[in-house]
Amino acid sequence: MEYINIFVKGIFIENMIFAYFLGMCSYLAVSKTVKTANGLGMAVIFVLVVTVPMNYLLENYVLKEGALSWLGEEYATVDLSFLSFIMFIAVIASIVQIVEMAVEKFAPALYGALGIFLPLIAVNCSILGGALFMQERQYANIGEATVFGLGSGVGWWLAIVAIAAIREKIKYSHVPAPLRGLGITFIICGLMGIAFMSFMGIKL
Amino acid sequence: MSEALFSKKNMKLIKDPLNDDNPITVQVLGICSALAITVKVETAFVMAMSVLFVMIGANVIVSLLRKVIPSRIRIIVQLVIVASLVILVDQILKAFVYDVSKQLSVFVGLIITNCIIMGRLEAFALGNKPGVSFLDAVGNAFGYGLILIVVAVFRELFGSGTLTFPVIGKIEILTSLAENTGYQHNGLMILPPMALITVGIYIWIQRSRNKKLIENH
Repeated sequence: MEYINIFVKGIFIENMIFAYFLGMCSYLAVSKTVKTANGLGMAVIFVLVVTVPMNYLLENYVLKEGALSWLGEEYATVDLSFLSFIMFIAVIASIVQIVEMAVEKFAPALYGALGIFLPLIAVNCSILGGALFMQERQYANIGEATVFGLGSGVGWWLAIVAIAAIREKIKYSHVPAPLRGLGITFIICGLMGIAFMSFMGIKL
Repeated sequence: MSEALFSKKNMKLIKDPLNDDNPITVQVLGICSALAITVKVETAFVMAMSVLFVMIGANVIVSLLRKVIPSRIRIIVQLVIVASLVILVDQILKAFVYDVSKQLSVFVGLIITNCIIMGRLEAFALGNKPGVSFLDAVGNAFGYGLILIVVAVFRELFGSGTLTFPVIGKIEILTSLAENTGYQHNGLMILPPMALITVGIYIWIQRSRNKKLIENH
């Protein structure tokens, strides 16, 4: 039950885009057509599901205060949490690199679909954001952390596909010239955010 | 080489990002963090200062190392430089302004993946001398800070009727007097979606005054 709660929370209530604005840059840049938006969304889900549990292990067995106690008594007081940013980003950058190579080798079709988006994702704030929220919220075990990664990824995917669909339609509308492109996208995104806020009161 | 540091061409590096080439409203960089921390002027200001610091540091260091960094692994090198500077900022904030650092929560860490910094490193610092890279960093950080503070002023003023500045503290503007005459705060302004709409309106105003920024589908 706990898993379902975290999953649903990640998609709707704590949506990466509408509640925290994470990954906005690529969200706005790559949402012109549904097809590319879908590709990037899938890549984000994939990378979040891989990196969040990895960073969870890193956080709980290396970085947190007392996390190193498995090495022996004298390490029990070591607190490396100030290193977490640099460690997380290093893990993310290298995993993205490895995932890219593995996908290219073993699933060329998937690589064709995700290809150009994978390297972009290393600097997508939603990935590092996922790791940092995982650290802040202190999930009980690695299963919860993975489900959180999956939920946030699906939420991000949902948001980008939805706005891409709207942007495809809005091409045929008469938008005031200064608002065309970026301006109207911001406002639509804001309105979608208000719609998503209706999930806010739900206690899971 | 004989060009002075503050020549007309270099001053453009500082002026352009404030309007014509604003990192947020024109280059579409660094939006993630810009929106989430604009509920109060104070947090927006601290965030802008942190970005200014990280950006100057990263731009100058990468520019100094631009001939040494192999281009194949430049992203990782840049990430490491930026991450070290961000750790520095995070520790300083925790030491001196703990409350603000709590409010900024994960967003200090997210300066690492703030596209403004990576974008300027890639687009400018890798190909230019440290002096001009410094100016570019200052200009872009101010352009970023400008939007942050404008959005924060509107959101805080209409959302809770106050303006919280660092050092000076909280100034109450639309509070008791206005409340007595039946004024209601617009609670929506404090919520996240209004940040997007405020930036959208800012873009609208900016582009109707500056026609050359208008996009054709």
